[in-house]
Formats: sequence, C-alpha cells, structure tokens
Amino acid sequence: MSAKKPTKQSFEASLKRLEEIVESLEGGDIPLDQALGLYEEGLELSKQCNEKLKATELRLKKLSKTVDGQFELEDLDP
Amino acid sequence: MFDLQQIPRRVLSISELTQIIKQSLESSFPLIWVQGEISNCRKHSSGHYYFTLKDEGAQLSAVMWRSRAEGLLFTPEDGIKVQARGALTVYPPRGNYQIDVLRLLPVGVGELQQAFEALKQKLQAEGLFDPSRKRPIPRFPDRIGIITSPTGAALQDIRSVLSRRFPSLNVVVVPVRVQGVGAAEEIARAVEDVNRYGELDCVILARGGGSLEDLWAFNEEVVARAIFASEIPVISAVGHEIDFSIADFTADLRAPTPSSSAELVAPDRAEIIDILRNSSYTMRQRLADRIAQMRQRVEHLVLSYSFNRPKDLLVQYSQRVDELEKSLASASFRLFEKVQKRFLSLQQQLNALGPRNVLRRGYAMIQRDNRTITRAVQLKQGDETEIHFFDGAVPARIQRNERKETDETVL
Repeated sequence: MSAKKPTKQSFEASLKRLEEIVESLEGGDIPLDQALGLYEEGLELSKQCNEKLKATELRLKKLSKTVDGQFELEDLDP
Repeated sequence: MFDLQQIPRRVLSISELTQIIKQSLESSFPLIWVQGEISNCRKHSSGHYYFTLKDEGAQLSAVMWRSRAEGLLFTPEDGIKVQARGALTVYPPRGNYQIDVLRLLPVGVGELQQAFEALKQKLQAEGLFDPSRKRPIPRFPDRIGIITSPTGAALQDIRSVLSRRFPSLNVVVVPVRVQGVGAAEEIARAVEDVNRYGELDCVILARGGGSLEDLWAFNEEVVARAIFASEIPVISAVGHEIDFSIADFTADLRAPTPSSSAELVAPDRAEIIDILRNSSYTMRQRLADRIAQMRQRVEHLVLSYSFNRPKDLLVQYSQRVDELEKSLASASFRLFEKVQKRFLSLQQQLNALGPRNVLRRGYAMIQRDNRTITRAVQLKQGDETEIHFFDGAVPARIQRNERKETDETVL
C-alpha cells in the first residue's frame, strides 16, 4: 500500500482508508518515509471527515429522468 | 318511459326491448355492493379492467374503468374474493348486463393473507429471502436513496431523524405512488432506476402505516424481484412494526418503521468522532514510536562494535606498525653485529692464512718466473728459482731432482 493524495470521496471510503492507514502504521514494517506519507494522508482524511460532521442541514434532492433516459437531481419541492 | 303494460301488445325491436330492460334495470338498482370471486380478469391496454364476478351459482360481468382502477389498492387477479361497489348497467350491443365497478376491495384480510402466504412460499422456495445473499448495509453511507411517496408521512419521519442524527447526508428521493394499482410497478421501476443511477450507497423503501390492503403494493412479486435484483442494498420500512411485507423479507434489512430505517441507516456520529479521534491519536503515536525507534537504532549503531571496529582496527594497526618498527630495528642491529663479528673472524683467519704470516712462521716459498711452485714434480734440474723468505728472497738453482715421495702426495 502506498501513500496517495486523498481525493474527495465518500464518507465510507474515507473512513475505510483511514482505518487502513492506522492499521499500516500499527504494523510498523513500512519504511519511515512511507509512514510519514501515510500519516499526512490520514490527517487530511481525518480533516475531510470532520468537515462533513459539521454540516447542519440535510440535503434533499429528487431523482428525475431526463428525456434521453439519463438521471438528474432536482430540488425536492417542500 | 315505456309503459310496461303496453309491451305485450306489440312487437318490439331488439333495441327497444334492450332499451326498456336497460332503463328498468338501471333505475331499480341504486349503487350496490356485491361479493364474489374474480375470474377471467384481463386488463385492457386502455387501462380498463374486465372480469367476471362469480359464486357457486351465478356470475356477473364486471368492468372497472381506468379512472376507477387507478384507485385500486391491489391488482385484481383471478381467484381473489372481492367486494365490489357499483351500478348495474346494460350493454346493448352485447345484450348483457354488467356491474360498473366504482370500488373494489379484497374480501377480508383472509383473501389477501392467502395471496401473501402463497407468494411468500413461492419466493422463499426460490431463495429470494436467503440470508446468505443479503447485501451488507454500509456502515457509513453518505448518499441515501428513499423510494417513497413525496407527500407521505414516511418521508417526513425519515427526514427528521436524518436531520437530527446525521445532517451531512445526501438524500435522494425517488417519488412513487405507494398504493393503488400500478404502485407496485412504479416502486419496482424506482428500484431499477436507483440501480441504473448507481450513485447511492443504499436505498430505503418506505411507506407509513396502513391496512394490509394499503400496504399491498409491497407484497407484490414485481417489487420483490426488483429488490432481489438490486445491486444497491435495500432497506424496507413498510407500515408499522407488526406489519411484515414480502418486501421486508426480500430486502437486505427490514426496519420496523420508516423512522427506525433512518436510525438504522444514519451513521452513528459519536462512533465516527471516536474513530477520527482514535485514528489521529494512534497515527501520531505510532509515528512518534517509529521515530523514537529509529533514533534508538541510530544510537545503537553508533555505539556498536561493528561501527567502531574501523577505528579499533586503525589503532591496532598503528600499534602493530610501531611494534614491527621496533623489532625491525633490533633485528637489523643483531644482523649487523653478527655480520661484523663474522667479518672480524674472517679477517683474522685471512690474516692467519696470508703468505707473509706463513713465511714468518718459518716456511719459505719457491717461485719460478714469478709463479709459485707448489709441487716437487714441477722442478727439474737446472731450473732457476727464487726462494722467498719472510725478510727477502734468494736465487737458487736446482742441482738435481731426486724426488722423495711424501705421505701427502700419495693421498
């Protein structure tokens, strides 16, 4: 497993990756520079997840189909 | 109005007769309720239902126009016992009468329950409820689909729970009708759509409480098939806690109510905060450990025998060089002494052997033409020689050579 730049991904994926990183660091058999990379990635993921926790308003959308059979999200009428 | 008394008096056309029957029948029967079993049921492409209501002794044609059928709570099928409310009408082209059904209800829970049990057994046998094929519900979903009525209480319940528990969620509502004819198909299509859309972590199928008839759409096979085929985990939340639907059995998770489906699906905020906090701590700690460990290793290496060995070796070698230098000096001195001693002794020997020293001891040397004569045979009569003594030489002539053999010459 290599350290990679965290991209914007789902909460589930972020947390899973974070758990992986912690596990790798706990294993202790990866080179130090790689461990540093993982640490940085982990901090970034942790920050992203924390950001998400700060949201206060539930976002509701409506799934609609366009004429060509594609999907789009619209605001849900209250 | 025809005068019924007048009828036998003249010949009527079929149309006239039928018209009389129609007026008579339709006016004498107000809206009625009838009960019977559906048979020969067919749905016309126009949306109208045509079927026969029958019991042991009689049968009655029935029609349910599309506008009425849209309010149906279930799909009319052969064999279902129903109560129908409607008006009797005569259809002159066919010369028959029929009931124009305004409302159709399955008779009692018994009938629906029977259909429910039959479908349940069938789908169970096919493995649709098999626990081993249930997809796990993601622990931390962030995009949740809700297939439900956009105006129903179920959506409001779910919404308020999610807002309270985990407002960072993205919720995508797929509006459907949750009861009436066609609702089941709509729900099934919504499940398929959600899968084609693909960008959801799980989907909730929700409807608030109601009678078995109200919830019937969730007991239809088409819904069960769609849930079974779904790639996205499906949580069913239909009716109240005591209501079990075919959708519940097929879904990956059954929530007793819409509200509880939201509880089940919303990630636990406290758990996440815990994970984040622990992760940060553990990562920092492990990294610090790691660095400490490295530092210790470096220190250990600096002090280690191997690391210091070159230095030791250097000291050792220089010591050895010193030693060698010293022994070299003493060895050469001894060698010099030895050589010198030998030289002196040789010199002495040489001196002892030198001819002058020999002559001094009383020996004489005979030479002829400046060559030393070492043997008696070299001399013959008349040879002119010189006899060299220590202090000088005298000439001498050999008068005779009568050689006498000595022991030495024999040897």
